[in-house]
Amino acid sequence: MRMLRVGRWITAIGLALLAGVYVRALAFTPIEQSQGLAQKIFYLHVPAAIWAETAMILVGLASIVYLFTKDPRLDRFAASSAEVGTVFCAIVLTTGPIWGKPIWGTWWTWDARLTFTLFLFLLYVGYLLLRSAIPDPAMRARYAAVLGICGMCEVPFIHLSVYMFPTLHPMPIVLQPGRPKLPWSMLSTWLLSLGVFTLLYVGFVVQRYAVSYFREQLEAAGEVGHA
Amino acid sequence: MRSPDLLRHAWAVASKDLLVEFRSRTAILSAAVFVVLVLVVFNFGRDPTAISNVDLAPSILWVTFTFAAILALNRAFQLELENQALDGLLLAPIERSSIYVGKLIANLVFVATIELIGVPLLALFFNVPVLSYLLPLGALIALATIGFVAVGTLFSAMTVRTRFAELLLPVLLLPFMIPPLSWAVLATGRVLAGRPLSEIAGWLNMLAVYDIVFVTLAIFLFPATVNE
Repeated sequence: MRMLRVGRWITAIGLALLAGVYVRALAFTPIEQSQGLAQKIFYLHVPAAIWAETAMILVGLASIVYLFTKDPRLDRFAASSAEVGTVFCAIVLTTGPIWGKPIWGTWWTWDARLTFTLFLFLLYVGYLLLRSAIPDPAMRARYAAVLGICGMCEVPFIHLSVYMFPTLHPMPIVLQPGRPKLPWSMLSTWLLSLGVFTLLYVGFVVQRYAVSYFREQLEAAGEVGHA
Repeated sequence: MRSPDLLRHAWAVASKDLLVEFRSRTAILSAAVFVVLVLVVFNFGRDPTAISNVDLAPSILWVTFTFAAILALNRAFQLELENQALDGLLLAPIERSSIYVGKLIANLVFVATIELIGVPLLALFFNVPVLSYLLPLGALIALATIGFVAVGTLFSAMTVRTRFAELLLPVLLLPFMIPPLSWAVLATGRVLAGRPLSEIAGWLNMLAVYDIVFVTLAIFLFPATVNE
């Protein structure tokens, strides 16, 4: 119960700070010259994308250790991280088109980055579907771990395959070799947002982890079917 | 365990599967008919005056192979579910990895047979000149097939024991098939257009890396899918 409360608090603080990010981004950060107001979405889009991808890698790493130690905590963490990653991926996939319509003139294009995010989303969905299709907890954990590891290993391949196509997407301006090409006024807002998304990721995962734990207890008592 | 043993055991598993298949021939015949039907359906799903055959051929070829391979992959472990045959296989004094390699070989033979039927039919139906590019095309198809059959064999070992096995396998497998598939489609287009081999070397390298990574990964991960 304590864990669920801690998770709720972290999430609540994260959400309150997210409102702060909006205020700072809209009122106290200069408007970008060529893209205008549409560029504001960058403060949500990029941090969400970073965490969507990191969550998949964490799923893979937890899965590797799980196969060696068979520690159920790692399986719970992997399941939680995958669910939160799915949500963040969905955020990226919705904020992207909102920005794309005024800037590119189209909601969706088969651009390299967009395709990559879509694959990542489908990977997550497949992972969650596999989990829901197996009633036996031990088997579910093992199968999910196998898929999680494959998913993590596929991430670099999708990256490589999308970089072989021409792209319209803006190039990285923060995570790139050398110093960030962003004025401090914008960079500080972005860093704040990255911190907030990190907090949200942690808060969501902690809550989700606690819920999985309770569900397992109930399953063990035979009171509910599997998820 | 020494590697010659692993290969010998793998071959025993593969030849058992292939023998079962050869005796009944139902799966391979249905798969062959399926390939013909998909190719025929494609013929009606296009406007020959708008897009030339050579431009469309790579997509037709790989979409057909994708569907046929997914059908074939479901079969490999379905076979072992009858009469608890898988338990017998697991009780055999051989490495778990050799069971995987055996299944992989059997699946590769199966899918290769389908592809051997598909390529001449594509050439016939869509008037694509494959004869002069047989060698690079064969290498390309082999490299791409090994990659996605390796992942598919691993996943089918898991999905057969879930509900909705027939639906779950494509849902899990397609995101993994798309990278090799997209490279294969682009490279096939170049090959059929008669471009020099150096233009597709990059894609062939990527396919080879994908094969090595996922075959190795699957060999290590397969035991986790069958251990109780």
